[in-house]
Amino acid sequence: MKKQMICISCPIGCMLDVEYEGKELISVTGYSCPRGKTYAETEISNPQRVITSTVKLEGGKHPVVSVKSNAPIDKALIFDCMKEINKVTVKAPVKIGDVVLPNVLGTGVDIVATSEDSGNE
Amino acid sequence: MAAALKARELGVEKIIILERSETLGGILEQCIHTGFGLHYFKEELSGPEYAGRFIEQIRQSDIDVKTNTMVIDIDSDKVVTAVGPDEGLLKIQAKAIILAMGCRERPRGALSIPGHRPAGVMTAGTAQKYVNIDGYMPGRKIVILGSGDIGLIMARRMTLEGAEVKMVCELMPYSGGLARNIVQCLDDYGIPLKLSCTVVDIHGRERVEGVTIAKVDENLRPIKGTEEYVECDTLLLSVGLIPENELSKSAGIELNCITGGPDVDEMRETSQRGVFACGNVLQVHDLVDYVTLEAQIAAEGAAEYIKSGGTDEKKYAYAVHQEGVRYIVPQKINIASEKDVDLYFRVCRIYKNSKLIVKIDGETVISKKKPKLAPGEMETIKLKKDMLSKLKEDSIVEISVEESL
Amino acid sequence: MIYDVAVIGAGIIGALTARELARYKLNAVLIEKCNDVAMGTTKANSAIVHAGFDAAPGSNKAIFNVKGAELMPSVTAELGVPYSNNGSLVVAFSEDEMPELENLLKRGIENGVKELRILSAEELFELEPNISKQAVAALHAPTAGIVCPYEFAIAATENAVSNGIEFMRNCEVQAVEKAEDCSVLKTTQGDIKARVVVNAAGVFADDIARMFGDDGISIIARKGEYYLFDKAKGHVVFHTVFQCPTPMGKGVLVTPTVDGNLLIGPTALDIEDKNDTSTTYPGLMDVLNKAHKSVPEIINTRDVITAFSGLRAHSKTHDFIIGFSEKAPSLYNLAGIESPGLSAAPAIAVHAAEEIVKKLGISDLNESFNPVRERPIRFRYLDDEEMAELIKKDPRYGHIICRCETITEGEIVEAIHAPAGARDIDGVKRRTRAGMGRCQGGFCSSKVLEILSRELNIPYEEVTKAGGESRILFGRTK
Repeated sequence: MKKQMICISCPIGCMLDVEYEGKELISVTGYSCPRGKTYAETEISNPQRVITSTVKLEGGKHPVVSVKSNAPIDKALIFDCMKEINKVTVKAPVKIGDVVLPNVLGTGVDIVATSEDSGNE
Repeated sequence: MAAALKARELGVEKIIILERSETLGGILEQCIHTGFGLHYFKEELSGPEYAGRFIEQIRQSDIDVKTNTMVIDIDSDKVVTAVGPDEGLLKIQAKAIILAMGCRERPRGALSIPGHRPAGVMTAGTAQKYVNIDGYMPGRKIVILGSGDIGLIMARRMTLEGAEVKMVCELMPYSGGLARNIVQCLDDYGIPLKLSCTVVDIHGRERVEGVTIAKVDENLRPIKGTEEYVECDTLLLSVGLIPENELSKSAGIELNCITGGPDVDEMRETSQRGVFACGNVLQVHDLVDYVTLEAQIAAEGAAEYIKSGGTDEKKYAYAVHQEGVRYIVPQKINIASEKDVDLYFRVCRIYKNSKLIVKIDGETVISKKKPKLAPGEMETIKLKKDMLSKLKEDSIVEISVEESL
Repeated sequence: MIYDVAVIGAGIIGALTARELARYKLNAVLIEKCNDVAMGTTKANSAIVHAGFDAAPGSNKAIFNVKGAELMPSVTAELGVPYSNNGSLVVAFSEDEMPELENLLKRGIENGVKELRILSAEELFELEPNISKQAVAALHAPTAGIVCPYEFAIAATENAVSNGIEFMRNCEVQAVEKAEDCSVLKTTQGDIKARVVVNAAGVFADDIARMFGDDGISIIARKGEYYLFDKAKGHVVFHTVFQCPTPMGKGVLVTPTVDGNLLIGPTALDIEDKNDTSTTYPGLMDVLNKAHKSVPEIINTRDVITAFSGLRAHSKTHDFIIGFSEKAPSLYNLAGIESPGLSAAPAIAVHAAEEIVKKLGISDLNESFNPVRERPIRFRYLDDEEMAELIKKDPRYGHIICRCETITEGEIVEAIHAPAGARDIDGVKRRTRAGMGRCQGGFCSSKVLEILSRELNIPYEEVTKAGGESRILFGRTK
């Protein structure tokens, strides 16, 4: 099977021509850096995405604080992952990088804070 | 922040950052998605993380920061007037000023979408603040007009928070956003992107109840008979960004009618000597990494200006956009410039397998093949020192796109 | 309790009438069905004070317009409302239009309009260099002016409330019952009893009259669409520039506003639905094309900040209906107040109040009446010293919320806590101009929402754009 896909590894957005069989990558052309090839491979076998959202914050300047998964997770798990994120409440102060939810859904990936909130003074 | 840090590094001693928000970081604070910093930090960061790196450096420096302080005037003698609840009224005599006020979103009025004026029509950026900073949902059933990056990002964001994003309508036959955002924000979630399509009516007296969309012809006029009613409670607009230059105007700075930002030279110096501009106030960027680089150039310019006292007479060559190119920044180049000069520009429409041609006074100095060019993606081309040596006063540097047949 | 007077409708007519009533010793209530004053015709019109040459001599329109325009400088000064006596021009674009210009001049003189004169093309271009060079002459009316109608109504209501008039919002009259010595208004806020009821209900005045058994009024809603331009275009013209009325229609006007924007419009289309304030593509195109005829520089919507439409209350009698109803003697009608209603409003209010107190047999004056309403602080107009001083006194005036118009938190808080103050985002916008600028609230609406929530002690999700169900937010994300 052949298809075209746009590499999302960086803003250049290379157009890749991909040939594959089931979850097996046969060939890929059009990438301008090695990440393009890797992207095509995972996109065919097991597409993954970094997820970004917010979690509830207590005692902060704002009622929520931004978070991300510190590594990509399976695309199919995004909405389940959001359910888990929505259950979390953290207390201020929060620093960038603080783990707010370790090992989400047993993926080995942590949900970490991406902004700081020193709390209500 | 990038400009301040660079200026400090170059030996400028007394630096003050005046920021109207409560926090440093500007709009990055609400851009919680990742994708920032791939060029500059070689990492994929979220907006607050990218800003956080600079905030940390600022904290560790002796650069003065006044947040919650809004500049209300800059006069032609470089006296800056600012007000803030803590500071009262500040008057600062600057030797050099770097403008980094960013841009604002084009509102509904500027599109003159007919219909009612209910609650629930807002720019994508306003919605982004409600969701990401305030933690509130601005809508449940959403139509997005305009496929700028903020619109695409918000399509995904609202979907993740449980809203139903019905579609993204784009007036042009191509998207104004990055291709990767169409993939990861729309395609991933099955949100349709309707090209050559616009909103022709807004329904609902109190809250939005629906919109009428229609296809447009090649002149971007709605085509009769193609109207379709779409039920929704919210219309988000992502229809362009406008550099915010009201202060620049008060300082008597000449603005460019295409970019909406000041006309600048290769050091990002505006028509007012000693006043520099960088980032989205100068031209709307796609990537924050380029904003950082531009800020650093402006800082170099400002540092040089302070050192030399601005007494040097600059002689300029001019960058002129030709066939296929919408604008070029910088608009003029000091012919005495000793460093390579990067020219940033955008093309007018989508080109496939075309050539970029750069000419100096009619002589082709660069001819570069490009598989794809799109207005949504800022292009850059480097004028190397040997090319710059060809520049004389009033020389013309032209960039054009040549379509290969 | 039985009020002496209940005024239905807090538009410019109802608000000024309530204020005039406050000069007397009486109990009166001003009731408004919306969440704020000035939500109907007053919100969206040409914002001009006509000199008075347009209406037929002897008509209510002519009489009250000329008197109202004369009162305008003093009333607006008392109420702290900006008024600019910029003068108006009716421009003829061909020799064929000259007889009409002469006709207007003649009518104006008959109506008592002062200083009217026909200018030559040269004189015209001297005054207005951006007018189309097709112009052949113009009627100059130096007594005409511009005023912000909703600011005027807000100020009048504030002043009325400060002088003892009650104000009730979200109070819609649904039926009327007759009691022995008063009328009982059945409203969404309960029963309100009053000896005299003033019908200043704008396009709904006929519905109100009918509730009183007066079916002699018939109001047609006539829609007018407008474009408002950025201040960058505010100096394209200095005068209010009309086109010469022709058999093809009245044309559109091009005028600066007191706030420094440029306004063009309106269209005129009779519509069935009295709530339909939507703008339309053909309507707005029509406005743009016609304005282009007067001022060639107006060619596109590049500098437009918003489009809006308003409804004039056109009476089938073509004149203002002013006076006690013949069929319902306790009902005082102020109906069919279309153009030049804003200009006429101060004179209509004085006349109405006089007639009403006469009928009620009240002659005692309210001795504590204070006609002055101080203009709220406008931070942007202060000089450096005043700014510094004000911020020292109240740091909220140093916190700029609306960047486009330089509006501070202090001004917004003041607008919320003013008599009959703002209750929603649009209310704050009309009182302070926060969100009125070129970004149209993109940056500040979320901050205004936060301030409204804090000051009114209501949750975020109950803050509305303009009352009713116009909520901005749907609850928390988490």
